[in-house]
Amino acid sequence: MTMNTKRRVFLKGSMAAGSVGVAIGAGLLAPQAVIAAWNEKAFQAKSVDDALTATMGAAANTASDAIKIKAPDIAENGAVVPVSVSTDMSGVESIALLAEGNNTPLVATFMLGAGAIPDVSTRIKMGKTSDVIAVVKAGGKLHSARKSVKVTIGGCGG
Amino acid sequence: MKMTQLALTAICAISATVVMADKKATDTSPAEDLKVYRDYFNKRFPGIPLNEFGNGVYAIDKVSRDSWEAIEEFPPYEPMIEAGEAMWNKPFANGKSFASCFGNSPAQRKNYPHWDAKRKMVVTMELAINDCLEANGEKPLGYNKGKIADLAAYMAYQSRGQKIDVQIPNDPDALAAYNDGKAFYFARRGQLNFSCASCHMESAGMHVRTDTLSPALGHASGWPVYRSKWGELGTLHRRFGGCNEQVRAKKFKPQGKEYRNLEYFLAHMSNGIEYNGPSSRK
Amino acid sequence: MANSIKIRAKIKGDTTEVKCLMTHPMETGLRKDSKTGKLVPAHFINEVIAEAGGKPVMTAEWSGGISKNPYLSFSFTGAAKGDEVKITWKDNQGGSDSETAKIS
Repeated sequence: MTMNTKRRVFLKGSMAAGSVGVAIGAGLLAPQAVIAAWNEKAFQAKSVDDALTATMGAAANTASDAIKIKAPDIAENGAVVPVSVSTDMSGVESIALLAEGNNTPLVATFMLGAGAIPDVSTRIKMGKTSDVIAVVKAGGKLHSARKSVKVTIGGCGG
Repeated sequence: MKMTQLALTAICAISATVVMADKKATDTSPAEDLKVYRDYFNKRFPGIPLNEFGNGVYAIDKVSRDSWEAIEEFPPYEPMIEAGEAMWNKPFANGKSFASCFGNSPAQRKNYPHWDAKRKMVVTMELAINDCLEANGEKPLGYNKGKIADLAAYMAYQSRGQKIDVQIPNDPDALAAYNDGKAFYFARRGQLNFSCASCHMESAGMHVRTDTLSPALGHASGWPVYRSKWGELGTLHRRFGGCNEQVRAKKFKPQGKEYRNLEYFLAHMSNGIEYNGPSSRK
Repeated sequence: MANSIKIRAKIKGDTTEVKCLMTHPMETGLRKDSKTGKLVPAHFINEVIAEAGGKPVMTAEWSGGISKNPYLSFSFTGAAKGDEVKITWKDNQGGSDSETAKIS
């Protein structure tokens, strides 16, 4: 494919440029085991606390400056809001991403193994203006950060 | 601040309007129009290089540009470019392929739209795609979205970097088509009584509710477009239809004379800007 | 469409960055069809598994709150140029797909 040659190139400093990742190397769980466990209770929870309790085992968490959330101040379109979460904490086991104002706030969880770089990016739907919350489980404790994202109604049918 | 902006807008709008619209469409030449149009946007958005206007509202709105760049990092239209490539390479039932109409290179964007002196009409790339299908006994495609947008995306992608260079030949019929497109552009329509120029010239950079209105300069450069609102690719004429409906006017048929002539005028006004389709928009 | 997953995997130093785009409607089950007025049934990817060199690297669980045609990027260490990265998704209706790409 010629895909590489014609791709848009932006100057560094653009939002997505240095993104991320999660991951890891060691096999903590076989993929199948995780699949069987898709956490319906957590994803259908109507509140942030219920969702966290269901996915992380607890809701109590400490705000941490070590977690960085990259998300727009104003969403261009609530249907596609680019979000990146990263942290330099060590021993990160998992990351939960929530949109506080959504009907069901939990949007994604990312399970990492030892050696992973806790840095993930995705695009999420936001039903209304609210905080995006990232909760990081590290060393058995929950840490969190939040970032407000304004979701507005466009004038051109957006 | 708002008032100053408005006043300034009014002044600029008046000058551009007087030269380009309040007179009859036929009173000024394409070359004169181009100059007025350029001067208007240069004054309105000083310091923005011509080619940047090919990025639509992202040329002038930093906040939305951040999201756009994040999306363009791995844009949702990439699979559609591949689908278009497969269409380009797949032979028709008669054994021929799109190359039999367009030549071996899919990088054809720079050749459209153009005035076809024999057919006495503006020919757009989408029209040429369907002409090719029909000439080879294949069924034509819908003009708004889907397969035609996939193929147009592949052809546009292969053409990235080519500059828009739409010529209005010295032919009364060509000039008439251009003037028709120009008249359409400045004609107020719909219950809201807006012209294309009302929003994208006179009010470019201002807000409709929370949307920043994109400058008309460069509007023809990035098609087809994956709009987050659509969740899929669509063509320029699909967007024309949407814009017309948003001012509560009747929309015209995609690839009908009205929109082809409008594209002819609009693309000519963007001469010199690079084709950069496909693109993502909000 | 040939495959519903597109992957780019690049190594810089000892860190491999993977970016992928999946083609999927990601219906939440709460959206009404504009023509029929009926709810469009939930249809979304709920599991994404990333493996490198045959070992799981990251597993994500998603709701329908991830945007249509989902994007995901992540990074990890411990791989080398030429190693394969495999991405697999499964959705709530039993659909699935997977794709591999070599780290470049």
